[in-house]
Amino acid sequence: MNAPEKVNTSIVGASVLRKEDYRFLTGNGKYTDDVRMPGQTYAYFVRSPHAHAKIRGINKSAALKAPGVIAIFTGDDLAADKVNGLPCGWLIHDVKGQPMKEPPHPALAQGKVRHVGDQVAVIIAETYSQAKDAGELLEVEYEVLPAVTDAAQALKPGAPAVHDAAPDNRCYLWSLGDKAATDAAFTQAHHVTKIDIINNRLIPNAIEPRAALAHYSRADESYTLYVASQNPHVERLLMTAFVLGLPEHKVRVIAPDVGGGFGSKIFLYAEETVLTWASKKVNRPIKWTAERSEAFLTDAHGRDHRTHAELALDKNGKFLGMRVHTIANLGAYLSTFGASVPTYLYGTLLAGQYTTPAIYVEVDAAFTNTTPVDAYRGAGRPEATYVVERLVAAAARETGIDQAEIRRRNFITTFPYQTPVALQYDTGDYKACLDGAMQLADVKGFPARKAEAEKRGKRRGLGYSTYIEACGLAPSNLAGQLGARAGLFEAGEVRVHPTGSVTVFTGSHSHGQGHETTFAQIVAQRLGMPIENVDIVHGDTGRIPFGMGTYGSRSIAVGGSAIVKALDKIEAKGKKIAAHLLEAAESDIEFKDGKFTVAGTDKNVTFGQVALTAYVPHNYPLDKLEPGLNETAFYDPTNFTYPAGAHICEVEIDPETGVVEVVNFTAVDDFGNIINPMIVEGQVHGGIGQGIGQALLENCVYDTDTGQLLTGSYMDYAMPRADDLPSFKVDTRVTPCTHNPLGVKGCGEAGAIGAPVAVINAVIDALAPLGVTHIDMPVSPERVWRAIQQAKA
Amino acid sequence: MGTSVSLTVNGKAVTADIDPRLLLVQFIRDHLGLTGTHIGCDTAQCGACTVFVNGNAVKSCSALAVQFNGADVTTIEGIGEPNGDMHPMQAAFKQCHGLQCGFCTPGMVMSAIDLVKRHRNGSLTEQAIRAGLDGNFCRCTGYHNIVKAVQLGAANMKGV
Repeated sequence: MNAPEKVNTSIVGASVLRKEDYRFLTGNGKYTDDVRMPGQTYAYFVRSPHAHAKIRGINKSAALKAPGVIAIFTGDDLAADKVNGLPCGWLIHDVKGQPMKEPPHPALAQGKVRHVGDQVAVIIAETYSQAKDAGELLEVEYEVLPAVTDAAQALKPGAPAVHDAAPDNRCYLWSLGDKAATDAAFTQAHHVTKIDIINNRLIPNAIEPRAALAHYSRADESYTLYVASQNPHVERLLMTAFVLGLPEHKVRVIAPDVGGGFGSKIFLYAEETVLTWASKKVNRPIKWTAERSEAFLTDAHGRDHRTHAELALDKNGKFLGMRVHTIANLGAYLSTFGASVPTYLYGTLLAGQYTTPAIYVEVDAAFTNTTPVDAYRGAGRPEATYVVERLVAAAARETGIDQAEIRRRNFITTFPYQTPVALQYDTGDYKACLDGAMQLADVKGFPARKAEAEKRGKRRGLGYSTYIEACGLAPSNLAGQLGARAGLFEAGEVRVHPTGSVTVFTGSHSHGQGHETTFAQIVAQRLGMPIENVDIVHGDTGRIPFGMGTYGSRSIAVGGSAIVKALDKIEAKGKKIAAHLLEAAESDIEFKDGKFTVAGTDKNVTFGQVALTAYVPHNYPLDKLEPGLNETAFYDPTNFTYPAGAHICEVEIDPETGVVEVVNFTAVDDFGNIINPMIVEGQVHGGIGQGIGQALLENCVYDTDTGQLLTGSYMDYAMPRADDLPSFKVDTRVTPCTHNPLGVKGCGEAGAIGAPVAVINAVIDALAPLGVTHIDMPVSPERVWRAIQQAKA
Repeated sequence: MGTSVSLTVNGKAVTADIDPRLLLVQFIRDHLGLTGTHIGCDTAQCGACTVFVNGNAVKSCSALAVQFNGADVTTIEGIGEPNGDMHPMQAAFKQCHGLQCGFCTPGMVMSAIDLVKRHRNGSLTEQAIRAGLDGNFCRCTGYHNIVKAVQLGAANMKGV
C-alpha cells in the first residue's frame, strides 16, 4: 500500500466536540454499577489479610446463618465444579527455549494465599452490607508463611517460594538481541555510561472502580455479564474457553460506559469470573463493585522494574552498543498480559529513536507475594524509554555533549529502519519533533530563567525525552510467533439503514478516548454525511461481530482501519447499485461527497438513494447482487505503528526543602494523521499527567517484612491533583503511518511514556551542579533533599 | 428496618424509611436511582460523589443520609435547565473537552460550580482553580482542560 496522503478535510482533522459528552455531563452515563436487575443480589469477597499463608480450614457455618446470606463459595466449590484457573494470554520462552513457569491462578484461593487481597471466598447476600457483615463471621484459619515482595530478593537463594512450581520464584529469564555483537561493541567503546535505576511500581487507579453484574437465565441457558472492561470479547473468550468451560454463544459480555481503564481493565479478573459461575448457582443476578481499598489490592499494578544498563559510545558520541539487565516483578500470579509486558513490549523498544547497532537485554522475571503486575498505560514502553533516555542523558553529561546534540547525532533518519531488537520502524521525523519542542519550550530562554531562579535561591533544570513506542497491536502472525495466545486484529461493521443513516459496530472500546466522535468523523467524512447521522456502538458481544478491545493505543490504528475496510466494501457495493441505477458501467462510477457520479458527467445518485434502493430493491440487479447495505471487515495490521516525539520538562527545585515544581512541560509528538486534534491533545494531557504523577508522586510500597500494602488508600498513595500539575504545551508533527489506510499511529499512551524521564532528567540537570547524578522516582521532597545532602557529604 | 428521613432532592420532596447506616450517596444512587453521582473512593478523597446540600458542596460518600433530614439536596441531574439544556458549567466542560471517561465529571462539575460561587467577588486565577479542585481526582485529563473549562464556565455563569 502506498503512503496515504495527509488527510485534511472538513470533518476529519477538525476538533469536533464530543457526541458522548451530554450524557456524561448530565449524569446519564451508564456505568456497570448503575445497572440494576430485578432481584439482584450482592457479592462480597473475603480476602486474605496475609501476604503468604496456607489455608488450614474455612468454617462457613456462622456466616451462613447471618441475615440475608444466600450462599458462600470457596475454592473447593470451584474445584468441585472443575473450574480452571485464570489463564495467561502470552507464553514467553526463556533463554534456553523453555516455556515460562505458569503456576495455577485460581479464581478463589485453593489451599494457599499469595498476596494481601487474594480472594478466599465470596459471600452472596440480599444487600451488600449483609454480605460484608457476614464476611466478619467467616472463619478462615491461616498458617502464615514468610513472604517476599521485592523481585530481586525473591530471586535470591533461600527466598520463600511463592509457588511450588517455581521454587526459585523465577518465571523466566528472557533475552533479546545479539549478545556477542553487543559485547564486541563495548570493547570498541571510547566511553561507557552505566546506570542503576528503579522504575517505581504504580497502581492504576481508574476513578471508576472495577465492577461486575452477572445474570443467568434458565429460560435460554444464557449468561449476561456487565463488566467494567476494555475488551469484552476477550473477556468472554478467556472466561468461557479457558476457565468456566461455557459455550461462548451462551455468554453475552457488556462493557457499558467504563470510567477509565489505563490497562487495568484489560484483564480477566477473578471477581467477574466467580460472579458468572455463581449466578447460575444462586439463579439470581449478582453484583459486585470494588471498594477503593479493593482496587488498590487487586487491580493489576504497573511497572516495578530494577535495571542495570550500559551504553557504549565512540569518541564522537555515537552510540555503539547497549546492554540492559532488568529484574521485573510479576506479582503473585501471571495476569492476562503480565508475561508480555517486561519482554516483547519492553526489550523491543530499547533502540529508542537511535541507530545503536547492537543491543542485548536480559529480563529476569520473578513471582512475589504482591498483587499481579500487568499493563498500565504504556506497558513496557515507559520502562524502556526510562532506561534509554536516562542512559542518553547521563552519557551527554559525562561526555560534555549537549543534551539535544547527542540525540541528533544518533537519531534514525532513514526509513524503514530495522532495529537490532526485532522491530522495523516504518516512518518518523525525530529531528522535527525535537526542534519543535525546543522552540515551544523556549530552550533559548532557559539560561536566563535559570539565572533568575538562582537569584531566588532556586535551582532550575531542563530534561529531555525523545521517546518511541510501538502501538497498533499487532500483526497476529508475528504476535503468535512471539507467544501471544490470541489474534490481535480488530473488527468493524458498518450498517447503513434504509434511510441512509449509519450505525457502526466496533470491536474497539471507548473508556474516555472519544471513539463515538472520532470514529463517526471517519465515517461521516467518507460517506459525505453529517456526523449526526453516524452512531458508534461498542462494548457488547451481543451486538458487535467481534473485537480485541482497546489497549496499546490500538483503537484508531487497528479499530479505525477495520471500519475503513468495511467502508471500502460499502462503497464498492454502492457503486454496483449506482451503476445499475445510472445505467452505466461500474468502473465509470466515482464516489465523492456523498454522491455516486458517472465519471465526466453530472449524472449522479446520492448515497441516500443508493441506501434506499438496497433495502427497497424494486429496480435492482437482484440476479447479481444481494439486497441490503451492511458490511463487516476484520483488519489485521501488517506492522506495529511507531508514534514518537520529544518531551521537554523544566523544573524548579527549592534546595532547602527538596520540593520539585514542574514549571513547564512541552510535548511535540508525531501520531501520524490526526482525526480530532482536540481529543488527541486531551489524550496527551492525560498521559503527561500520569507520567508526571509517576515521576513526582506515585509509589506503591509494600512492607518488606509482612507484605502488607502500605499505600492502600488515597491518603497513602499520592495521586496527582490539579494543583500538582502545570498546564502543558503540546503540538504535533505529522509523518503518516505507511501501512494503515488512515495513516494513523495512536496517541493514548505517549504522555505516560515520554513524561517521567523528562521530569527526572530535568531534576538531575537542576541538581547536577550540586553533585547529584542519580535519583529514583518518585522525586519526593525527602528524596531530593537527601540526594542534595549526600552529594554535599 | 430503620429510620424515616425526609428531604428535598432536585426540587422534589422525598420521604423514605432507611437503614440508619445508609450513606447519602447510597440513598441518592440506590433509593432514588440518580446514578449520576458516583462513588470513586470511600475516604472523601476523590470527590466523584460531590453534591450540593443547602447550596454547599458535600462529599456524599462520607455522610449518613439520616443526617440530612429536612435538607435541600441537588445532584448533577438537577443543575441543568428543565428542558434538558446544560448548566453553563456543564456546557463549558463540553466546549473545552474537560472530560474523557466521564466518571469524575459530575463531581468535578459540582465542585467547579461551588468554586465559582465562592469566588463571586474575587478573581478566579488558574492557581485558585487548581487549589480549589484539590478535592476532586481526574485520572484522564491531567486537569489541563478542566482548568480551561472552569475558567470558561465561570465567565458564562456571570449573571446566572
